[in-house]
Amino acid sequence: MTDHTRSGISLRVNDVSHRLSVDNRRTLLDALREDLGLTGPKKGCDHGQCGACTVLCDGRRVVSCLTLAVAADGAAVTTVEGLAAGGELRPLQEAFVRLDGFQCGFCTPGQLCSAVGVLAEHEAGWPSAVTADDDPERTPELDEAEVRERMSGNLCRCGAYPSIVRAVLEAAARQGGAA
Amino acid sequence: MSPDRTVGAVGASRPRIEGGLKVTGAARYTADVPMPGLVHGQLVTATTSRGRVRDVDASTALGMPGVLGVLDHRNAPRLNPKAGNYFGPDGSLLLLQDEVVPYAGWPVALVVAETPEQARAAAAALRVTCDAEPHDLDFDMDHPAARPASTAFGPEADTGDLEAELAACAVVVEERYRTPEESHCAMEPHASTAWWEGDHLHALDANQGAFSVSEVLAALWSIDRERVHVRSEHVGGGFGGKGVCGPQMILASMASKRFGRPVRIAMTRAQVFETTSSRPRTEQLVTIGADADGRLRAVGHRAAYALSPLAEYIEACTEQAKVLYAAPAIRTRLTAVPLDVLPPASMRGPGATPGSFALESAIDEVAERLDVDPVRLRLRNQPSVAPVSGLPFSTRRLVSCVQEGARRFGWAARDRRPRSRREGPLLIGTGMATASFSAGVFPSTASITAEVDGTFTVSVGASDIGTGARTALTAVAADALGVDAGRVRLRIGDSDLGMAWGAGGSRGTTSWSFAITEAAKELRGRLGDPARPVTATVDTSALIDFQPGRERQTFSAVFAEVAVDPATGEVRVRRLLGVFAVGRVINPLLARGQVVGGMVMGLSMALHEESVRDPRTGRLANGDFAGYHIAAHADVPDVEADFVPDYEPLDPSGFNGLGEIGTAGTAAAIANAVWHATGTRQRTLPIRLDRVLEPVAAGKDTEGATEGADHAVTRGA
Ligand code: FES
Ligand code: FES
Repeated sequence: MTDHTRSGISLRVNDVSHRLSVDNRRTLLDALREDLGLTGPKKGCDHGQCGACTVLCDGRRVVSCLTLAVAADGAAVTTVEGLAAGGELRPLQEAFVRLDGFQCGFCTPGQLCSAVGVLAEHEAGWPSAVTADDDPERTPELDEAEVRERMSGNLCRCGAYPSIVRAVLEAAARQGGAA
Repeated sequence: MSPDRTVGAVGASRPRIEGGLKVTGAARYTADVPMPGLVHGQLVTATTSRGRVRDVDASTALGMPGVLGVLDHRNAPRLNPKAGNYFGPDGSLLLLQDEVVPYAGWPVALVVAETPEQARAAAAALRVTCDAEPHDLDFDMDHPAARPASTAFGPEADTGDLEAELAACAVVVEERYRTPEESHCAMEPHASTAWWEGDHLHALDANQGAFSVSEVLAALWSIDRERVHVRSEHVGGGFGGKGVCGPQMILASMASKRFGRPVRIAMTRAQVFETTSSRPRTEQLVTIGADADGRLRAVGHRAAYALSPLAEYIEACTEQAKVLYAAPAIRTRLTAVPLDVLPPASMRGPGATPGSFALESAIDEVAERLDVDPVRLRLRNQPSVAPVSGLPFSTRRLVSCVQEGARRFGWAARDRRPRSRREGPLLIGTGMATASFSAGVFPSTASITAEVDGTFTVSVGASDIGTGARTALTAVAADALGVDAGRVRLRIGDSDLGMAWGAGGSRGTTSWSFAITEAAKELRGRLGDPARPVTATVDTSALIDFQPGRERQTFSAVFAEVAVDPATGEVRVRRLLGVFAVGRVINPLLARGQVVGGMVMGLSMALHEESVRDPRTGRLANGDFAGYHIAAHADVPDVEADFVPDYEPLDPSGFNGLGEIGTAGTAAAIANAVWHATGTRQRTLPIRLDRVLEPVAAGKDTEGATEGADHAVTRGA
């Protein structure tokens, strides 16, 4: 008998391919955490309101708690565990540690994935709500206001925002955007 | 190793020891730890604010896939009704013991299933019927049930003759201030995994003190504390909301007992809001009288807060009136109002945070009435000894904080007239406030082992909820042992490590450091003997002087600049600076993060936070992050914080706590800045758009309209 409550999906997560059979109700966040043991992405609200579960899905940031695992079938996912290629912290991660861009660390996996997404979006010339609406051809300069606006989907109750912004700007400067 | 070598780990900025784990996702929080045979519990909570459970119909739920069973008040294991907390018996611990519903959000059942999805679906299929009874959430300082608060934290102030002094004053300010119910909102929802091995209870739990949680569990189950093993390696924030043995922990221990499997309960965000705890509402009446030359003659501070009849609780709003200013007459009255509310718990800077909003706003109003600079008014009224207790301060560097803050902020250039500064359409204002917060130390134990390989293992029942305790205590131990920090390995977050105070009351680091320092002293005395490993264990209970004959406090001065858009009522904080006197600073990098984080929470309190309850049901109307706004990146400027040189003589290493002082003064500084920008006093938090707009729309500076509207929104039931 076919079980209509489950589906087979494939996910490529941090460059490793997986075949999974998941409950259709399972979110991408729970599939990562419960099925693949990748507990870096955190469940802060399960409602798309805090950003702790942020991962990169085909290069774009998504809140994995609002993404059904079946809807991510075939996607390439990067979690916080996949940010340090070859075990070497990337500049963004290193800046978070050195500048103390966190306290409890619970929002950190989401902040980091989100920041990687922000830098890529900025690199691609995407404007934000605080970008001056004057010249569609000009890439907005990534300043504090831009980083704050673009990172505002990631809540941090410890209030580490000022050092997170510093870390993101520093990483952006060091890597010319590709942090 | 030279015992006299000064290593100097204390005082140096170092990144967090666990930083690498936290930026790679490798730090495991409670709900991250895999467990063979794990099953999942889902809470079902009451939707009425007062009543009785008539029936829990589990017939559908029990037939659903993966469901192991349902616990409710009829079939749950019995707990010891005498179990309690710091204040005595605590009815909020006694979950599923009877049919009574004391508040909306009270757990009425727990569904246990093989997967989280199955548990959630079965919980949704559970039919709970309650007989609702009339509830009372009508908070008011003069509520008929109002009673004097417990004086367990010390007596009320009654110095001098308040009425006589007020009668002789040139200026008297008497104003009422209100702060709403607020939620801790640690980013990690409360979670617990529990299992039994024989008559030993094991648990992973998100809390602020594994030892005290183990004590409560031992009492609830009537077993020896040594049979309860609670671990909390990484905790995703607490702010007071995880200070007690939480419902997730109690219910997980019950379910694992019943079903014989490890049970994980990861509370939903909605449940964290409605079921864990909150900062209570307050209403405060501050009366301050001054001479024409700006000398304070009378300070009266009455404060009332809501609490639940389930457990005693103190929201000590009036403490700073006993500390901050010299005046011949000082009177405080603290009132508790029992209502059908979620039981309150300490939230970052309990008492001091709402209390400071009232007192430091009122002081600013005195400055306005006298037409003097608020910094000068504060400096003119500094006490030489504690004004109520008469005791000398062990250290009081508040004047340095104010002066240094004023210098950095550029306060001297300020035109003190309200509405005196504009930038385009925006009204710009600056404001400041001072704050104090009680400091001290509580008993703890620590063990240090000198290992064969020349390293040292330090074991202390501390918890690191984001405070940096792991890093700070490693530095403290290194200096106390006279070795490099690299040779010290710290073990924390485990109730098996012995009796210890939790991360709370701004007393975690001082309490654990004291125990570590004493253990190191003892160990150094024994290192001459070449036998390894060798261990020294110290319990500081007998070493602490609880009556030191000195007033021990930390201090701060906070300065804020806001921009107010008169068209929208939007307030944005543009600059925020705090200068702190918190004893000797262990790690400036991490300490700054702590106080900046505290100020961010204070900013959030000033402008955003408010639990709104539906008066008909008493239920939270905004129990999620879409409705309950906490400061996000875009709300927060580049907050600046620094420390004045300070040393606490009552501490063997000169330390004081700093986890809460950052929050205390911030809301008043921002509210005072909003007055300076707009000319309108904001005496009710949060400073919502409508509260800023109403006086503008009415074309006058009155609070009548604001207060009336507030009544309509929050009173009733
Ligand atoms: S857990 Fe996904 S946004 Fe909060
Ligand atoms: S570091 Fe604790 S929530 Fe951001």
